[in-house]
Amino acid sequence: MTTPSSPTRRRCLGAAGAALASVWLPAARVQAAAPAQPLPRLVTVGGGITEVVYALQAQDQLVGTDTTSLYPEAAQLTPKVGYLRQLSAEGLLALRPQAVIAPSDAGPPVVLDQLRSAGVQLELVPSTHDWTEVQRKVAAVGRASHRAGAALALQARLDQDWAETQNRVRRHSTAAPRALFVMAHSGSATVSGQQTAAHAMLTLAGARNALTSFNGYRPMTAEAMAAAAPDVIVTTRQSLDATGGEAAFWQRPELALTPAWRRRSEANTLVVLDALELLGFGPRLPQVVWHLHQQLVRT
Amino acid sequence: MNTLTRHTGLLAAYRRPTAARGPLVLWALAAALALSLLWSAGQGAYGLPLSQLPGLLAGALSSLPGEPSSAELVFFHIRLPRLVLAVAAGAALGLAGALMQGLFRNPLADPGLIGVSSGAALAAGVTIVLGAAWFPDWPRALGSWTLVLMAFGGGLAVTALIHALAQSDGGTRVGLMLLAGVAINALAGAGLGLLSFLATDEQLRNLQFWLLGSLGGARWSAVLLVCAVAALALLAGLRQARALNALALGEAQATMLGVRVEALNRQAVLVTALAVGAVTATTGIIGFIGLVAPHMVRLLAGPDHRWVLPGSALLGAVLVLLADALARTLLAPAELPLGVITALIGVPFFLALLRSAHGRSL
Repeated sequence: MTTPSSPTRRRCLGAAGAALASVWLPAARVQAAAPAQPLPRLVTVGGGITEVVYALQAQDQLVGTDTTSLYPEAAQLTPKVGYLRQLSAEGLLALRPQAVIAPSDAGPPVVLDQLRSAGVQLELVPSTHDWTEVQRKVAAVGRASHRAGAALALQARLDQDWAETQNRVRRHSTAAPRALFVMAHSGSATVSGQQTAAHAMLTLAGARNALTSFNGYRPMTAEAMAAAAPDVIVTTRQSLDATGGEAAFWQRPELALTPAWRRRSEANTLVVLDALELLGFGPRLPQVVWHLHQQLVRT
Repeated sequence: MNTLTRHTGLLAAYRRPTAARGPLVLWALAAALALSLLWSAGQGAYGLPLSQLPGLLAGALSSLPGEPSSAELVFFHIRLPRLVLAVAAGAALGLAGALMQGLFRNPLADPGLIGVSSGAALAAGVTIVLGAAWFPDWPRALGSWTLVLMAFGGGLAVTALIHALAQSDGGTRVGLMLLAGVAINALAGAGLGLLSFLATDEQLRNLQFWLLGSLGGARWSAVLLVCAVAALALLAGLRQARALNALALGEAQATMLGVRVEALNRQAVLVTALAVGAVTATTGIIGFIGLVAPHMVRLLAGPDHRWVLPGSALLGAVLVLLADALARTLLAPAELPLGVITALIGVPFFLALLRSAHGRSL
């Protein structure tokens, strides 16, 4: 007690402690840590939505996030409410949020009903995999956090960035390369067909998805990849880590018959992005699309 | 007449060593159930210690007008229905396990063997993966009941199929039923594999979570339905105790003792299918309770079904209550799948019990 730490620092430590406690201790009670808060307490589900909270400087209102909220790093220290389709009513209410912002496929429905009847404001954002999804996320967080003005300003800035990115991609495009999205976060690899976040990203970045015959994700097979004939492979950093690096990734037998594999030493035909960046549809979308586009056409 | 007395004598001898311990074990299990109910009522992510409960109950009973407080809401609409569902589900699964092990005279039997779980799983898979394409109008009319009704129907249908496959010469052959059960379960597994191939990422995750079981969807309407079915199952199941004791001596002996084996078989299968079907449709698949509970009771109280049947129901309720309390609190505010806990805790404990008893009860 001889060297009193600054009040802000103490509060930070307290908040971090509470966050850790509520993750690790059974029946953790969180209410003790929070000072009287005039602005509503928020729980966000989905990495993109959590990023909007930080972009609006509303992180002090954030009392919980889900397991996909990995960016910015501070978001990893908040209490984790689990997977978006398997939320726990009591677990969420224990964080005493005034609002929960989640993708519209969050659930189970019974839990959503229980939250509504407990007076929690629910903001559900449909996953349309386009720019309106980002706009809806910004608007939803603005409403829920009582920062509508800041949300409008952020929206205007983002809309401008987005228009610019789209223009640059359009002007820059020559022939759209055939791209294949591969995800291998565990041993076996899946590839993306139509109507997925990955498909939308490839299209927005000025590429063509090499797989057109099915919707959703499917296991990767050698013959189908040979038939798809991608010029470039797009994958996530997490897939590369799980496979053991770039060299090991190219060893996958399914890729050996593709143009991308044949040209791998003369051109950089493997594009690697962070999974949340690539598939999260958050406020970083304009930069990510431009970055992806540059990598795709460089091949 | 002479044979009959000789066999009743034999049956009495078979019961004698542990008969005195039966009632004691039942009382102990009932006490354990009451204690675990009280303990689980005070557990949860939302800080609501046991000491607040009397106040909450008094508040609810006084029925003052006005909005319920959030503590009241959490306890009466989220936690309490879960506790009640845990008791009903555990009792139904434990009883069904004891019935099946008694009927098949096989210690490996569990309620899943007659296809009720795999049928429910297959129907749930069809609903989750193909529901939007095949019957898009149902959810609008039935909401989340679509999945419950489909799973219940699927469980009953597959059980009926297995029962029909085991018919020969105008009677049910139990050995045939066991093998048909194994085969049809494998077929349902293949169907689930095909469905998970067709599923999108979200559907796959939904299906996986369903297969691991959870009491998180407990709401009063569903809970009361499961309670009603479980109560009927208990009433009907407990009456089979003496018949199952006789059956332990073999079908021929049981028939000579006046047991109508065919009727017993039909009733036990029907009770199991209804009870486990109702539970599984509401909670997803909760493994190991039906297998473990009867074995534990038999180690404590001996093989007499008059104690094994009610004991398994009581112990099943205790096990599900405790497992769900852990599922709710270990990673709060997130929740672990219930099936993970029942397997993680149930299996090592079960193996230890078997080793210490050197498989005597088998």
